Amino acid sequence: MSNTPPLPRWADLILLPVINLFVALAICGVIIAVIGENPFQAFGVMIKGAFIYPESLGYTLYYTTNFIFTGLAVATAFHAMMFNIGGEGQAYVGGLGAAFAAFLVGPFAPWFITLPLCILGAAAFGAFWAMVPGYLQAKRGSHIVITTIMFNFLAASLMVWLLAGPMMLQGQQSPQTAIFDTSAHLPKMSEIFAIFGVKIAKSPLNISFLLAIVALGIFYVLIWKTRLGYEIRTVGKNPEAAHYAGINVARTIIIAMAISGAFAGLMATNEVLGVHNRVILNFTAGYGFTGIAVALMGRNHPIGIFLASLLFGVLYQGGAELDFEFKSITREMVLLIQGMIILFSGALAYMFNPPLARFLVRIGLVKGVQDA
Amino acid sequence: MLDFLLQLLLALDATLRLATPLILCAMAGIFAERSGIVDISLEGKLLTGAFVAAAVAAITGSAWLGLFAAIGASVFMSLIHGFACITHKGDQVVSGVAINILASGMTVIAGIALFAKGGQTPHLPNESRFRAIEFYGVETLNNVPVIGTIYRELISGHSLLVYLALVLVPICAFVMYKSRFGLRLRAVGELPEAVDSAGISVTWLRYRALIVGGALCGIAGAYLSISHGANFVREMSAGKGYIALAAVIFGNWRPYKALFACLLFGFLEAGTSRLQGVDLPLIGEIPIQLMLAVPYIVTVLLLAGFIGRPTAPAAIGQPYNK
Amino acid sequence: MSDIELKTSGDTPARFALELQGISKSFGTVRANRDIDLQVPSGTIHGIIGENGAGKSTLMNILYGLHRADAGEMRIDGTPCKIRSSADSIALGIGMVHQHFMLVPRFSVLENVMLGSEGGGLLRAGRGATLDTLKRLGETYGMVVDPNALISDLNVGTRQRVEILKALKGGARILILDEPTGVLTPQETEQLFEILKVLRDDGVTILLITHKLDEIMAVTDNVSIMRAGTMVGHRETAQTNAAELAELMVGRKVLLTVEKGPANPTEILLSVDNLGAVSSRGHDVLKDMSFDLRGGEILGIAGVSGNGQTQLLEILTGMRVPDRGQVNILGDKISKTSPKNPRELREMGLAHIPEDRHIHGLVLDFEAQENVVLGYHRDDITGTGALIDRDVINTHCAERMETFDVRPSNPALNAKNFSGGNQQKIVIAREIYSNPRVLIVGQPTRGVDVGAIEFIHKQLIALRDAGCAIVVVSVELEEVLGLSDRIMVMNDGQSVGIVDAADTDVNQLGLMMAGISQEAAE
Repeated sequence: MSNTPPLPRWADLILLPVINLFVALAICGVIIAVIGENPFQAFGVMIKGAFIYPESLGYTLYYTTNFIFTGLAVATAFHAMMFNIGGEGQAYVGGLGAAFAAFLVGPFAPWFITLPLCILGAAAFGAFWAMVPGYLQAKRGSHIVITTIMFNFLAASLMVWLLAGPMMLQGQQSPQTAIFDTSAHLPKMSEIFAIFGVKIAKSPLNISFLLAIVALGIFYVLIWKTRLGYEIRTVGKNPEAAHYAGINVARTIIIAMAISGAFAGLMATNEVLGVHNRVILNFTAGYGFTGIAVALMGRNHPIGIFLASLLFGVLYQGGAELDFEFKSITREMVLLIQGMIILFSGALAYMFNPPLARFLVRIGLVKGVQDA
Repeated sequence: MLDFLLQLLLALDATLRLATPLILCAMAGIFAERSGIVDISLEGKLLTGAFVAAAVAAITGSAWLGLFAAIGASVFMSLIHGFACITHKGDQVVSGVAINILASGMTVIAGIALFAKGGQTPHLPNESRFRAIEFYGVETLNNVPVIGTIYRELISGHSLLVYLALVLVPICAFVMYKSRFGLRLRAVGELPEAVDSAGISVTWLRYRALIVGGALCGIAGAYLSISHGANFVREMSAGKGYIALAAVIFGNWRPYKALFACLLFGFLEAGTSRLQGVDLPLIGEIPIQLMLAVPYIVTVLLLAGFIGRPTAPAAIGQPYNK
Repeated sequence: MSDIELKTSGDTPARFALELQGISKSFGTVRANRDIDLQVPSGTIHGIIGENGAGKSTLMNILYGLHRADAGEMRIDGTPCKIRSSADSIALGIGMVHQHFMLVPRFSVLENVMLGSEGGGLLRAGRGATLDTLKRLGETYGMVVDPNALISDLNVGTRQRVEILKALKGGARILILDEPTGVLTPQETEQLFEILKVLRDDGVTILLITHKLDEIMAVTDNVSIMRAGTMVGHRETAQTNAAELAELMVGRKVLLTVEKGPANPTEILLSVDNLGAVSSRGHDVLKDMSFDLRGGEILGIAGVSGNGQTQLLEILTGMRVPDRGQVNILGDKISKTSPKNPRELREMGLAHIPEDRHIHGLVLDFEAQENVVLGYHRDDITGTGALIDRDVINTHCAERMETFDVRPSNPALNAKNFSGGNQQKIVIAREIYSNPRVLIVGQPTRGVDVGAIEFIHKQLIALRDAGCAIVVVSVELEEVLGLSDRIMVMNDGQSVGIVDAADTDVNQLGLMMAGISQEAAE
């Protein structure tokens, strides 16, 4: 029987994700080549699209913001060993929460009251939409994966009904709400920089990016520095031991799911409060699912999540550039890369692990396990 | 009265057409899940099948080649799923998510590369599709009241794939409960150790279950794009794979019960187009979104044990480690 | 140790159904089997005895094709053979009754027996023949089972018979039973042995894997002894005795005497009153349990595992809510209507060393320092601020590891990377730190090396002498006898009786464990 030493932490956190990314990109490169385009040129266009143009960095970070939130949502649940596939629905409903606050308070209150309430609304609605599946898992034993999938569809049905019905802007055909009052608009980064006299290119990047960075910090403290985080991780690693330790397993699962949903809901601050200033149909655009790839690739760690979000920000912004530069390859290439990353760093996580560990031993970077 | 009957028959007729992909996918889901593998990749396999069927039919002009190609492509997706979660013992849900996303991206990329029509495939002429089959004797029976109408509207006039789906249900049930393969398949989803200890390969058994499921999803996909429809459009599966998964759960992982669930969900979908904007007595207007959401609501309630308690295969979701 | 002449039943010359030579097997760094030789004469019951972890199960799994040996040869009926999978071993006439039954609960007996030998592509083909075989085997060996009954509806003893029937139906001439009596009542064990004897007389060769000496003496013809992955001896059962086997198993004469002075019981800290518990399937798993325990006293609980000890421990520690009766503990009450959770009980002064450290006692993927605060993570040992203070935990853990001589003394090492004995020390170090007034201990030294056992026993005695009331559940009778001041024996969820440790011995306890009352046992 082969003798596989454990992978050192740095290799697990950095080397392995890089290898997975490389393999995913290589396969996509082959597919691009089969289509008849030059893969290096295609990746070049993506990089250029993500950084070179004056406004491209802003767009990249705007996408990154979404992925940080949805990645944190998936990662929080993962720490409790819950697979929250419902980030998409939670973010969608989070938009509803933001809109409620914006419509109820916005017309009467100044921004410093409205905006916090809107952000809170987004988090609370997202939390609720994840808490119900969490409750059903913890108390009724329904499988969280299936329930959160169903809740994605329920969210979609609910939002279509609301946006095409009760909440639809009067006298309009497309299913969306009215524009919020300006007190519920998150300022754009370009506007903020302008205050200080710095001129940067206009882009959808808004202050919710900073909120996302704060969220990363909150996540870190929550998971590794608080007693609640300790309990969440204990429940995730060994629920029997958690029960032994007097931790209320069901309650912890529900709380972890609620926090997870709150992170997902906060994605709406970017899209709804920061960019569209109203709720439009399908504003989540699959970002919730990208969160799965982000969390898997970022190893459920804030730094990893930030880097993975940035990577996907680059891919999304750069991918949009593909549409302009090529006739036969489009931004859907990004979905392909995303799928490959989930496959390799998630489902096939153990494929490269043992060979890599053995390789590190052979080249002497890691000490092998001695025979007892 | 006759008008009502006709309306009902038309609704049932539509039910059958809408339920066909659900039935095929649900049977696929039963095979996978009974073998112990969570299959949320039904959606991706359905989408892949739909694209490949339409693309191949468009290129070759043959519906049959389209069907077989769809089966092949969908089985290929199953094999990826198997490679990840049987061979490499990866997380089955993660693998399923990956396959669904890959299918979303790949179908559009390949579609644009092949046809340059924004991800769609060209509109198929009728001879490249599976078209409605007119049964013998429709004309003759047409004059017989009631029976003639039922025969014409409901029994006759579907595509071959609709009948195939209906025939496959008893076949699946037979294989599941009366054959050696079925016995081993059910055992491996309950207690893989028992199968291993009986000298049977758990790996190969689960692969076979996934291959059967892939083939069924391929047929379902072909039905969508070259029988029910006449070309492939982006995201054509539109969540039908997930509804089929809901039907599997609603049907307690049993073929006939799942068939019933698919017909029920199909009927609800058929009903929405007829009830849209209609004021029903006493109830008023039912939002169609609510009717469309019924499969999801039912599944949630069911899983939570509020209406009966489904019993999933005991070893579902766990990779087998010796 | 040289082989001795082995006795074969009947007058036929010795012919070996099974011969192993030089079998070795490693798992990662663990060498589970080293250079194993074994000869099993046909038509005999051959015992393989050894302590938990001696490598018995690994050897049998190799024989049955579930694991593959790294080296060595195997001969069946004198013919060399290679076994690569269980299919191979089944084809060679080897059948196995696993410790954890390989029966699908939702299948009928018939379906389970047919699995793997269906007799054709359709079940119909082999159904009739299987039913006939089942009937014939059942009548021949006294194992009649309803073929249409669901496995989930059968009791453990009957399930085991189905396992044996399944093996025989597959044509087994060599039958391996891996710890078959662990889950059986004494009566069921007796019946099983009768069946085995009939099978043997019918020419079936039986390998009985066990760690129980009395079973070896009761039913085997020959016995091979394993220790630490090696075969240390072979004996004819009639020519040996339990003492010799025990010595071979353990390696040296271990006198499990625990040095302790007389107990000084103080006031009653724990009293259990008519306690009862019902399993999720509606069976009584704990009935009419009553006892008192004073400070400065150790109550040992003996019994075959699975006789309600686990449920009793769970109730005492707040992990399970009692269905009947109540527990009075440290001036407070636990009952169905006023349950207490493990955290509340810890705050009251109870500590709990659980039966299985891998399931309950530790989070194996956590660092040692994170494990040292498990259950106490809301107390000051994780720091006094709003957030966890890793430095405080680290210092605390280092101090605990020093005191309990945990090696390696690295607080940042994951719990799974410590040996069994050191893992157990981490658990005990954590639980004793709070100076508990009541300590509940399950299997204090399971899978722990001899040196650590002594250390752990000393710690428990010291705690007793400091006035703590201690309950110790152990399947090791010697341990219960050595540690306890009083001993309660449990059988079938009930107390058979409570005796003074000084006035009893292994024999009396053994009889009581079989459900024979204290008076009758004396």
